[in-house]
Amino acid sequence: MSDPREYQTEAVVIKKTKLGEADSILTFFTPRLGKIQGFAKSLRKPKSKMAGHLELLTHSTVSFSRGRNLDTITGAQTIDAFIPLKNDLWLMSCGLYIIELVHQFTAEHQENYGLFQLMLETLTRLCQAENKELVLRYFELHLLESAGYRPQLRQCVACHKALEQTTNYFSPAAGGILCPDCNLNHPFSYPLSLNAQKVLRVLQNDDYSAADRVKIDAVLGREMENVIGGYLKYLLEKEVKSAAWLDTLREQRLQFKRNA
Amino acid sequence: MSKQEPAIPANDAIGRLVQEFSKLPGIGPKSAQRITFHLLRSPEEKAKDLAEALISLKQRVNLCSICCNVTETDPCPICRNSQRDSAMVCIVEQPQDILALEHTGVYKGLYHVLHGAISPTEGVGVDDIRTRELLARLENNTVKEVILATNTNMEGEQTAMYLSRIVTPLGIKVTRLARGLPFGTELEYADDVTLTRALEGRQEY
Repeated sequence: MSDPREYQTEAVVIKKTKLGEADSILTFFTPRLGKIQGFAKSLRKPKSKMAGHLELLTHSTVSFSRGRNLDTITGAQTIDAFIPLKNDLWLMSCGLYIIELVHQFTAEHQENYGLFQLMLETLTRLCQAENKELVLRYFELHLLESAGYRPQLRQCVACHKALEQTTNYFSPAAGGILCPDCNLNHPFSYPLSLNAQKVLRVLQNDDYSAADRVKIDAVLGREMENVIGGYLKYLLEKEVKSAAWLDTLREQRLQFKRNA
Repeated sequence: MSKQEPAIPANDAIGRLVQEFSKLPGIGPKSAQRITFHLLRSPEEKAKDLAEALISLKQRVNLCSICCNVTETDPCPICRNSQRDSAMVCIVEQPQDILALEHTGVYKGLYHVLHGAISPTEGVGVDDIRTRELLARLENNTVKEVILATNTNMEGEQTAMYLSRIVTPLGIKVTRLARGLPFGTELEYADDVTLTRALEGRQEY
């Protein structure tokens, strides 16, 4: 079967790389083609007709024409620009964190429709939701699941016994929670409070509408963020760059609405 | 891709220069060859002029201690010019942006060059651009307005929003260059973000 010379797909721009004077190479995440790259000519000139439709964090319909190495982008039309994300420093940073994770956890041309839906839903939720941190945690847990790294939160990953109602330990290397006994044999793990265990299970197993009703305080939020962040870092074997930026913003308490 | 032996050995004088030229942005192997042979044919003084210009570029150009623009004198001519309004500071990402703004001849205030923009996904943070120099400069109370003229892409927007957060509490007016439709474009191709902002920022006419 020969591929058509031109094709069109829905896509979200997840990475942009400058090329030459005014060109760019874009990385998209698409529902049916997985992660793909495209070449955009003169995208960085002010009169580029596509530039606004091909910005990061924009859900667009994109047309490609097949090329020898890279496919060339021939047109783009916005479906959802996620405008609230573009008007708020904290939301924009959360959005960039989401797409960086998608980029890191996917391989090119591997279809993952579930993850595409999750990403779109997460970006939409960021535009609406009150509890932004929970939106991020929900995304992280489900991203892990779709990438095949679902953490075991129900029973001890080493001895498979049911977990006691107490502080247990999360081990990135083991990929889940360890009971206090098994934790002694694992060099690196995070203590995980009972409340954090419960919330993580809700986030992992329920759909978002249930997870959204969970109330968490700052300490609990920080604990979950550390644990999942540590697991992500362990799996990727490197820092998630935009996570460091989110930390900077959290510290400076800058996540308030612009002009507020 | 041809797998032929290169016609010019990389270690002779011509080959070396071709290689050096092809490292420059926008210059491929063919252009590099053309420039090299052009220089080879031109009089020796021309080549010397070029060489001297290259050396003085690195020796004489520094950053202005006030605005971080590239300059041969410190402070730079713009910062030294007493005719300019020192109560206004226009923040740009790179020195070339100053050239573009100066070309309009409309702006009479001072500048500040960040030499970059915040880019979380590339790991460029606040300390990697010249924000500390900016804040030090704003502390002495002479600046009344800060104009954010960073690019309107994701990195520029983030930088602008971040700077607005930290400069506003200092009691300084913070403005952003208007974002709307560029001159000479067609409305039908405009994207949602641009059109939304163009509508919000419409003016009586």
